[in-house]
Amino acid sequence: MKNLDTKTSINWLKYASPKTFYPLAGKLIPWCVIGAVGLIVYGLYIGLFVAPTDFQQGEGYRIIFVHVPAAWFSMFLYLLMAMYAGLGLVLNARLSYMMATAIAPTGAMFTLVALVTGSLWGKPMWGAWWVWDARLTSELILLFLYIGYFSLQAAIDDKNRADKASAVLALVGAINVPIIYFSVKWWNTLHQGASVSLMKAPAMATVMLKGMLVMAIGFWLYSIAVILIRVRCEILERDSKAAMFNLGL
Amino acid sequence: MKARHKRFGLIAVGLILLVIATVLITKSFKSNLVFFFTPTQVEKGEAPKSGSFRIGGLVENGSLKRLPDGLHVQFKVTDTAKTMLVEYKGILPDLFKEGKGVVAEGKLNAIGVFEADQVLAKHDENYMPPEAAAALKAAKDAKAKEDTK
Repeated sequence: MKNLDTKTSINWLKYASPKTFYPLAGKLIPWCVIGAVGLIVYGLYIGLFVAPTDFQQGEGYRIIFVHVPAAWFSMFLYLLMAMYAGLGLVLNARLSYMMATAIAPTGAMFTLVALVTGSLWGKPMWGAWWVWDARLTSELILLFLYIGYFSLQAAIDDKNRADKASAVLALVGAINVPIIYFSVKWWNTLHQGASVSLMKAPAMATVMLKGMLVMAIGFWLYSIAVILIRVRCEILERDSKAAMFNLGL
Repeated sequence: MKARHKRFGLIAVGLILLVIATVLITKSFKSNLVFFFTPTQVEKGEAPKSGSFRIGGLVENGSLKRLPDGLHVQFKVTDTAKTMLVEYKGILPDLFKEGKGVVAEGKLNAIGVFEADQVLAKHDENYMPPEAAAALKAAKDAKAKEDTK
């Protein structure tokens, strides 16, 4: 009985070791890239050609096909990064820290995309590039948290200590994500409320929603591909450093 | 208890304390985090007495007019309970329409008119093709007619 238990648990945790994870990641990357390119092209086609104009914003609303999925992933990737950081702290697992490290730049990129596209949208629709309302400000703080995370990691030479310190930062910063999400509900903001949420029926036409969801899945596959490529680099880099250290170089 | 259980417990307790702290902080900052005040809040004196602040609400139907000097526009902002008269000199954003959301920044003058330096349009979260919006409006009008009958 005991034998069986250890056997299944070994199978399950097999890919938690960088050595076995490396080739698996390599196999997944091409599929994710193909899927990402296909879905993003399809999503943009729906968004720019198939979806109708909006009754109040005209053609300008089409920026949501990039803006909303980017904003979703800026928040989702942060939570994922914080989860891996927490897992790293609890289990002392190297691969978890490496995953968290690999997620941060992609999350920061999506945050920047959401902020920039939102700004381009805000000028014609609201009449201002930027306002200090709760939604915009908390999203800007998210960008600073990402930047803080990888700056802190780069600032500490000892990898082990760098991982732990930045993991704590990632966990503490996670509190910002629900604040961003619910900011439009809790406070008066210039930013409109959520059009799509789990609580209610979507407040948008089906074709528009479809375009946005296709883009979101495309962004998801893109994120997986880029994160896996980055984590493979991270594995090689850390292992080569460890090897050099062992050789006394 | 294994070391990793201990670490997990420590992190969990830490996070729970953090959540409680954040809830308390955001609750106490609630009034400072609002982007605008509604006319009702202004009436109640919740908005700053001196200096500039923002008011938000809907542009009352039929209230938008251009003043004789040709530069200033005047409109009423309502939250359906109270209304406020707003004066503004400048270009209104594309989405500025009667019956739609608006946020204006400025200050109250001596006679209780809000003099705005900046007017922002606040749009809602609904997205649909113009035909659908027209159909919805027609259905609403038909229902209103039915009700008055």
